[in-house]
Amino acid sequence: MTDTSTTVRADRGLTLKQIDIRLKGEPVIALDAHVAPGEVLTVMGPSGSGKSTLLNLIAGFLPDAFEASGQILLDGQDITHLPPERRRLGLLFQDALLFPHLSVESNLLYALPPGGSRRARCDKVRAFLDEMGMAELGARDPATLSGGQKARVALLRVLLAEPHALLLDEPFSRLDAERRAAVRAFVFDCARKRDLPVLLVTHDRDDAEAAGGAITLAG
Amino acid sequence: MRRFARAFALAVSTFTAAVSGGSIAIAQSSPDPADWPALLEMAKGQTVYWHSWGGATDINDYIAWVGDEVAARYGVTLNHVKLSDTAEAVSTVIAEKAAGRTEGGAVDLIWINGENFASMKRQGLLIADNWAEKLPNYALADTANKPTLIYDFTVPVDGQESPWGTAQLTFYYDSAVLDTPPTSLASLADWVKANPGRFTYAAPPNFIGTTFLKQVLYGVIEDPEVLAGPVEDADFEAVAAPLWAYLEDINSHLWRSGRAYAADTSELKNLLADGEIDIAMTFNPGEASAAIRADELPGTVRSFVLDYGSMGNAHFVTIPFNANAKAGAMVVANFLLSPLAQSKKADETVWGDPTVLNLDALDPEDRALFDALDRGPATLSPDQFGETLREPDASWTEPLEAGWMRRFGAGG
Amino acid sequence: MLRLAPPLTLTLLIGPVLAGLIGVLALAFGYFPALGGTALSLDAFAEAMAAPGFARSAWLGYWVGLAATAIGLLVLALFLAGWWGTRPFAPIAALASPLMAVPHAATAFGLAFLIVPSGWLMRLISPWATGLDRPPDWLIVNDPAGWALLAGLVIKEMPYLLLMALAAIPQTAPAARLNAARAMGYGRVWGFLTAVFPGVYAQIRLPVYAVIAFSTSVVDMALILGPGTPPTLAVQILRWHNDPDLDMRFVAAAAAVCQLGVTAAALLTWWLGEKAVAWLGRKAITMGRRYRRDSVFRVLGFSGFAVIALTVLLGLIALFVWSVAGFWRFPDALPDRFDLMRWVERAPLFAEPVFNASLIGLAAAGGAMVLVLASLENGHRRGLTASTRALTLLYLPLIVPQIAFVFGLLILALWLGFAGQFWAVALAHLVFVTPYVYLSLADPYEALDRRYFAVARSLGKSPARVFFTIRLPLMLRPVLTAFAIGFAISIAQYLPTQLIGAGRWPTVTTEAVALAAGNDRRVIGSLALIQSLLPAIALGLAALVPALLFRHRRGMQH
Repeated sequence: MTDTSTTVRADRGLTLKQIDIRLKGEPVIALDAHVAPGEVLTVMGPSGSGKSTLLNLIAGFLPDAFEASGQILLDGQDITHLPPERRRLGLLFQDALLFPHLSVESNLLYALPPGGSRRARCDKVRAFLDEMGMAELGARDPATLSGGQKARVALLRVLLAEPHALLLDEPFSRLDAERRAAVRAFVFDCARKRDLPVLLVTHDRDDAEAAGGAITLAG
Repeated sequence: MRRFARAFALAVSTFTAAVSGGSIAIAQSSPDPADWPALLEMAKGQTVYWHSWGGATDINDYIAWVGDEVAARYGVTLNHVKLSDTAEAVSTVIAEKAAGRTEGGAVDLIWINGENFASMKRQGLLIADNWAEKLPNYALADTANKPTLIYDFTVPVDGQESPWGTAQLTFYYDSAVLDTPPTSLASLADWVKANPGRFTYAAPPNFIGTTFLKQVLYGVIEDPEVLAGPVEDADFEAVAAPLWAYLEDINSHLWRSGRAYAADTSELKNLLADGEIDIAMTFNPGEASAAIRADELPGTVRSFVLDYGSMGNAHFVTIPFNANAKAGAMVVANFLLSPLAQSKKADETVWGDPTVLNLDALDPEDRALFDALDRGPATLSPDQFGETLREPDASWTEPLEAGWMRRFGAGG
Repeated sequence: MLRLAPPLTLTLLIGPVLAGLIGVLALAFGYFPALGGTALSLDAFAEAMAAPGFARSAWLGYWVGLAATAIGLLVLALFLAGWWGTRPFAPIAALASPLMAVPHAATAFGLAFLIVPSGWLMRLISPWATGLDRPPDWLIVNDPAGWALLAGLVIKEMPYLLLMALAAIPQTAPAARLNAARAMGYGRVWGFLTAVFPGVYAQIRLPVYAVIAFSTSVVDMALILGPGTPPTLAVQILRWHNDPDLDMRFVAAAAAVCQLGVTAAALLTWWLGEKAVAWLGRKAITMGRRYRRDSVFRVLGFSGFAVIALTVLLGLIALFVWSVAGFWRFPDALPDRFDLMRWVERAPLFAEPVFNASLIGLAAAGGAMVLVLASLENGHRRGLTASTRALTLLYLPLIVPQIAFVFGLLILALWLGFAGQFWAVALAHLVFVTPYVYLSLADPYEALDRRYFAVARSLGKSPARVFFTIRLPLMLRPVLTAFAIGFAISIAQYLPTQLIGAGRWPTVTTEAVALAAGNDRRVIGSLALIQSLLPAIALGLAALVPALLFRHRRGMQH
């Protein structure tokens, strides 16, 4: 353990070292890459190319049926074997997946790391919503939001948890053409402002190009 | 399969040995009712689980009253475990014996008679001592004139159960529908044939059904004396032949053309109330009057008995060998024999079950309790009852039920 | 800890069943020292089979069980095929859950009160339509062929199958499949039967098997509605078991083993029937006929379900009328007077049985819920699906007839000194409750989007935290419904309550059965209603609580 940490580059960002995922011996996907803070790495490929499996591995949800080798480093720390809740990765899917039993504000409070009084926490969440120009959404039922609003709230929720990297799984594919560009810009802007490394998985060339970073083809 | 059985057998015997090994050492004799004050002391604070048929609200209410009384008088808590069949309690005791539970059993007191008693006695599932005759109130029981208190279905009671009530097969009918009921076997058969679909009996082995078979058997048999002996000593087929002939004769004229029978006395009562049948039967001479009071039968119902006498017997309470609260159970059994409890039970507004006591031997004030009771319009007076036919030897029951089942109960 | 949940659940369910079976087998083969049986023999089997009417008894359970399941499934298929997705479907199908909550005995009594020749239906049309002032001498209930029992089983089991089907349908993409079939010109009914129903059936197969097993071996309904000369095998077993001649216990056990055979034979027959129907179906599909004129079948399906629902409801009303009836002479349509005071007078008597039943039901359903949730959560975390083979063993208590092992179970409980204790009763109920809870929860558990939990974990929450803050709230409705179903199952248990409880835990059901022995229709009416009321309250709360809690959350209202 100490051995590896000393040999590892102390670089900030997300490092995927010789990742190789197999299912019953058959290769699924392999990758060796480094995503620097504020940069985007896009993994592109058709469905079934194993790109979601890659995200599952990084986030810590790889089903037992798969075998994986390689190392995942986040800001120099080896997170390969950490449980998902200690990896500090922000996950965004094509669905916003706001918890339907909670209000928008409660969804955000859920993400905020523990600490502080109830009041202070609520204030913090409200201030953040306000800063993002969504103050009026706090009390709403997530099911009543528009697709674009949902996507934005989902991003706010991820950001409030103070992640060290973002993992995006086809996050814009459910949005219509108009909203798509706006939400995409919003997401990448936020990530860049916060200096977060971003791994984007998509089958859509537009998304890949809009991300502006390196593109790796999968499958 | 065999291996399973053997493993089970091994487990049973090991366990049984372990338990009984322990209990022999502390094998305690049951409490002695001859030393009544000591027994009362022992009973105080005990909880008695009385397993008894719970099919009638009036009887359940009476038992609840008994519970209140024994709690107030003797500090005994009485819990009525309501059964749909007395055999359930027997099963529990058997299972406990199988599991080696020779004390602390779940059943303290059972309302019982007839075959269930015979069976439990034979299998050694009861307190073997003669405890019942030592109960203080047993002296009041009319053992001299009621042989059914000493021989339960011809099985000697031997003090292993304590008498509680008596019963006599009684027929009843709605006088608004039927003018004069048939009171002889021959006229009953004629009436059934003339009124198809208006008569039935309960399917044996139900108690009342089997009793009806015995009642008819008494009426058609040449020499009733053979019934007092074991069935092995008689030529069963020959003795029973006229009974089957009688039943065959009326069968196709019965309710539902004899393709279905009532389940028990209470269904007979419902069928009469609905006008499906015109004549019903019961073991409790007070039942019809009580049912009129409870809106279950029309007020025009009256009772009758057949002219050659009617089957009678007694019912009892007994205590299993492994009962947990034997002293408490004896206190309850004794209270059930008290003039107060017996007169309350005989009260048709309460239950209407005839007493086992010898009224002539009671103190005047106790006697007055009984004299104050009203008889309902559907209850026969004692002199209208005629002769009590004694139960045949217990060995007759099984062949009678099997014979009926073969002829009428196995479907066509 | 969580890893232990599935084996623990299986042990708790399978252990008692196997122990009970072994006990019954030992008894059947003549080994039972307490009754003087010390050598293995086949005498008990010989005696059972030689009993008059034995073959007929066995045949009764077999055919009635199969026919009830087949008719119930047929009505279900036609009702779904004709009406699924239409405007009247949802409100009518919503009846399924309250109908299912009516316990077997209450359903049977309600039906009997209606259809006997002196029953309410005949009273309602007499004498003005029939000219009768005495009930006709018709053999309707307790008929030797078992038709009344068949009717009772159909009206009891069809709503249960409907409930299971309603849960299964959404997973078969029904609208898309049905639309595709209709776009090809298929009639609605035939299109549904060929394109959607096979998928639904695959999902409800185990519940169907449970219905067959139950119907072939039912005791309480057979006592009320079934034939008596001879009765069904299950009733005959009870009779022998209750015979004063203790040697008949061996015969009863042998007959119980035969009952296992009857149930197995029925299941096997059904399985062959499945193959045959599938083969015929494939053959018919090859021909490509469209069957567009299907209104007859739509009417049949609708009226089938309507008759069932109406019968149960009318039966409940009949129970109520009897519970307050004064003297009620045939052919009066109503009693000569109503006596509401009867309920008030009896209220104190009902208190303890209601309390005990609720307590046992809460404990059993609660325990089952913990086991099932722990097992499912374990599967979820390890990426195993609900179809994990071992857990299908959970259905064993539903497939093995209760009457075949519960007496063996009693001996086990006595051995261990558990009989009569509260938790022993609750544990015995758990055996029968857990499979139903599992059955109701497994699909909703899988159906929830797993990514919710991925998101929550990535937001820094531990698995336990995610389970309590996300999983449980999201599943509140199915969890409460499963709980209520488990509660309803527990309320209806008779044999385990009376035997394992040694009679110390009288419940509404033991009380109802005891009083039913007295045939007092007024008492039967009130107890059967109370027996139905408890599960109805539980199911009502299960629907109401989530609706209230999440009334401002549209995403939670389905």
